[in-house]
Amino acid sequence: MADPNSVLSAESMIDKGENSRMSSFVGAIAISDLVKSTLGPKGMDKILQSMSNPDSMNITNDGATILSSIHIDNPAAKVLVDMSRSQDDEVGDGTTSVVVLAGELLREAEQLIHQRVHPMTICDGWRLAVAAARKALEDSAVDHGSDLEAFRGDLLNIARTTLSSKLLNKDKDRFANLAVDAVLRLGGSTDLNLIQVIKVPGGSLEQSFLDEGFLADLKIGVGQPKRLENAKIMVANTPMDTDKVKIYGSRVKVDSMDAVAEIEEAEKQKMKAKVDKILKSGCNVFINRQLVYDWPASLFAEAGVMCIEHADFDGVERLSTVTGAELTSTFENPEAIQLGHADLIEETMIGEKRFIKFSGVQSGKACTVVLRGASTHVLDEAERSLHDALAVLSQTVKESRVTLGGGCAEMLMAKAVDEITPTISGKKALAVEAFAKALRTLPATIADNGGYDSADLVSQLRVAHHDGQSTMGLNMTEGTIGDVRELGIFESFKAKEHVLLAAAEASEALLRVDSTIRAAPRQRQGY
Amino acid sequence: MSVVFDEFGRPFIVMREQEQRQRLKGLDAQKANILAARTVAGLLRSSLGPKGMDKMMVSPDGDVTITNDGATILNKMEVEHQVARLMVELSQSQDNEIGDGTTGVVVLAGALLEQANRLLDEGIHAVRICEGFEKACEVAVAQLEKISDTVEFSKDNIEPLIRTASTTLSSKIVHRYKAKMAKIAVDAVLSVADLDRKDVNFDLIKMEGKVGGTLEDTELVNGVILDKDWAHPQMPKEVNDAKILLLTCPFEAPKPKTKHKLDIKSADAYRALYEQEQKYYRDMVKMCKDSGANTVFCQWGMEDDSLGVLVQEKLPAVRWVGGVEVELLAMATGARIVPRFEEITPEKLGRAGKVREVQFGTTKERMMYIEDCQNAKTVTVFVRGGNKMVVDEGKRSLHDAMCVTRNLIKDNRIVYGGGSAEVACSLAISDYANTITGIEQYAIRAFADALDDVPMALAENSGLPPITMLSNIKARQVAEENPFIGIDAMGNQEANMKSALVFETLAGKISQIQMANQLAKLILRVDDVLASAGQ
Repeated sequence: MADPNSVLSAESMIDKGENSRMSSFVGAIAISDLVKSTLGPKGMDKILQSMSNPDSMNITNDGATILSSIHIDNPAAKVLVDMSRSQDDEVGDGTTSVVVLAGELLREAEQLIHQRVHPMTICDGWRLAVAAARKALEDSAVDHGSDLEAFRGDLLNIARTTLSSKLLNKDKDRFANLAVDAVLRLGGSTDLNLIQVIKVPGGSLEQSFLDEGFLADLKIGVGQPKRLENAKIMVANTPMDTDKVKIYGSRVKVDSMDAVAEIEEAEKQKMKAKVDKILKSGCNVFINRQLVYDWPASLFAEAGVMCIEHADFDGVERLSTVTGAELTSTFENPEAIQLGHADLIEETMIGEKRFIKFSGVQSGKACTVVLRGASTHVLDEAERSLHDALAVLSQTVKESRVTLGGGCAEMLMAKAVDEITPTISGKKALAVEAFAKALRTLPATIADNGGYDSADLVSQLRVAHHDGQSTMGLNMTEGTIGDVRELGIFESFKAKEHVLLAAAEASEALLRVDSTIRAAPRQRQGY
Repeated sequence: MSVVFDEFGRPFIVMREQEQRQRLKGLDAQKANILAARTVAGLLRSSLGPKGMDKMMVSPDGDVTITNDGATILNKMEVEHQVARLMVELSQSQDNEIGDGTTGVVVLAGALLEQANRLLDEGIHAVRICEGFEKACEVAVAQLEKISDTVEFSKDNIEPLIRTASTTLSSKIVHRYKAKMAKIAVDAVLSVADLDRKDVNFDLIKMEGKVGGTLEDTELVNGVILDKDWAHPQMPKEVNDAKILLLTCPFEAPKPKTKHKLDIKSADAYRALYEQEQKYYRDMVKMCKDSGANTVFCQWGMEDDSLGVLVQEKLPAVRWVGGVEVELLAMATGARIVPRFEEITPEKLGRAGKVREVQFGTTKERMMYIEDCQNAKTVTVFVRGGNKMVVDEGKRSLHDAMCVTRNLIKDNRIVYGGGSAEVACSLAISDYANTITGIEQYAIRAFADALDDVPMALAENSGLPPITMLSNIKARQVAEENPFIGIDAMGNQEANMKSALVFETLAGKISQIQMANQLAKLILRVDDVLASAGQ
């Protein structure tokens, strides 16, 4: 900055008051507009191309994925991206809605500030509005947690709603069933690691399936049984190439060839002793995280033990959870080692790829979803969509309340906010009104994205809600309004609540800012 | 000018007047310094009070921080000007000393310097101004003590403490949850406080933050939280009645410091060495087990082999625990830190009621909770929030609230906020000024004017007309002889700060006035600035 009176370092910048606020609004609204068109069942996708590697690209309409892959310089925009990411981490879905809502709130705030309403007054008003909206949302939520049959129906509906906005839309019934089955198997646990998703290019999305057992993308050693019933599994993390002496500073230094041969023999003996110990445990399947060299592998083959090498860190952890085996590294007391169990281990082919299938495993929670699809891009997007659905479902299992989608919940909240407006005196009322307006832009955006007349539909919705038809929402297949409860468009209460609170919190934080201080960018070395 | 002549008329150079060296002297120097200090104060002015605005800071790496905590703002601003940097330090020392009022102290110092600037224009010498300020400051402190009130509280009656903490929190972004946050802060401080000795050891309170959840999920944990997980996925996730061993040596074969080579000459030697190595691992774990420990926290790594032995021996362990955390664990559980396996004895073990691993959200994030420790006085405040900024701001706000609570425990005298204390002091100083003859009278009056700046800034930030408000308050304080009338920043129609329950600690307020006064004097006394050329 050229200001000679500046007390800051040369390249730092201070934006104050209007300027600071404007740059926040512009940044946040730009981000929200960017992802706006992906909202809802008729939302469009984006192509993301990486700057460093132009060949790799992604096609997605997942808000969190889009936002985390773009490079952003505007601090306010960063706040929104952060928020979307935490929405993804916490509930897994609603990553686009939260950004759009925050953007709309700030757009309304900009208008209000032009009308000379102080930002703090706006925040006060919003707080009242959030409280009212949250209450309305809670009142409208339905809890079927105790009734398993109905709860499963709810879950299916939620999964269908989530998936309908994604690539998997065409086969949403299939995938919804798949996701619900997978999550229900977890039995209340939110550990999504137990659900393995394998992507195999080729075939079509319809050929995707859920496998009861556990599929591992691994190879069985040469000359070993390819099919094993009643498997006793040992999962290990131990070097099976050469067992190096780990005492510091040791090295082999000999003066004759014989001695070398002798030591080599000793090494082999050591490995043999290790294999013997492993065999003594009574296992007939040995899975190692690290490499297994030919020599021990052939020893295993001789003993008729199936040996699987090179399962990575995640792989061994998952396998040990699934089969109930202990992850071992020492074999001094082979009898004490807890072995895992599977009724059947066999090699199967999916498409062109070989997999090892573990069926009838101890932990009934695990399962594998195999995705098939035309290209890796399709598969990647399918995986993301499925992950969203799984995440939302697993959170819904924990917090079993559900609410209505299709813009219905938003209209409901907007109505509740509208209702408290006349009771508020002062400029706060303007902010409360603006909040309701921002809430109503969500259904409007969904309608717009479907190519329908949003102004008309939203006003119809408004009338319907005013008349007490509190289950009316958008029917996006027909372009009319309809009873979303009958249409089966459900959403998780937790996700919706999080959208409301996170968006309000972030936009309030941005609104309270009256100066932006930018430190000089760190000088990069080596250019 | 820096050339002088000796008695023989030969010139010699006292100070080399270099081209690059910048020099400011006399009134120019004073004016420039005052301007810089006021620039900083001006930046913070809008953050004062419950309706103060936040600042958004972008770090050199592009990370964003949003806060209205004065000390944090100044810290992240990368101030370069030398005098402005003094202001930053001022705010920092208020933060270290009191932990609250970091914005107020800077605003007050700025106001003092602004008044001094006016006096300098009128031709009053800087030293005389300083003398006047000093006298005024004494009067202000005396007045504060006079109008101070005491807060009675005890272990069973913590309501007053919570009230003070929530006053502090009301100016922060966390204020939506201020009731809960205030309770957490007070509980945390009380659980480590020694009420008889009036001492609070902040080392016993740890702040942990994790992104995710909302601020509502913030909790006070009676023990220690570590951002770690069990070294092996199959160790039991929960240990009850834990006997904890703290190790600062790795589970690896010994590594002599001396550089050496161990030559393996024969197959026998090779086998012997292997045996030896395996024995190390077994012995190490055996020594831990023999002491009776059932949980091990190790500062260093663990070899895969020893990890296997640990799992088999059912001895859950955590590896790569940071040095600070090891010390904290030692304090909390009463364990002694053991640097060598040979020195493990049962007496060195610490105890905790429960050690467990907790998983969050849909990600793989895990944390260790060590609860109900032997030394029950260690607590951890675990802050959750929608994103990193909120978590950081939550931590800072809680820290402020805890500092205030600690100050109350140390000294339970308070003054009322909302600018009422400043106005009361200003009135007392004005009265005092009339009794002083000489130039100092002007400086003393200027001090009173500077104090008025605080309520004015408060009013401004709350959207009230500052001058009208100030004159109203002054008039009412005099007419009603009530020093508790202040700015009604929250719009509650309650100007009496005593009944509005807005208060601050006496120690904090005195330190604010004294420190601001000292800094103003320091800056005023500088009449020559020599800046070395920058690189």
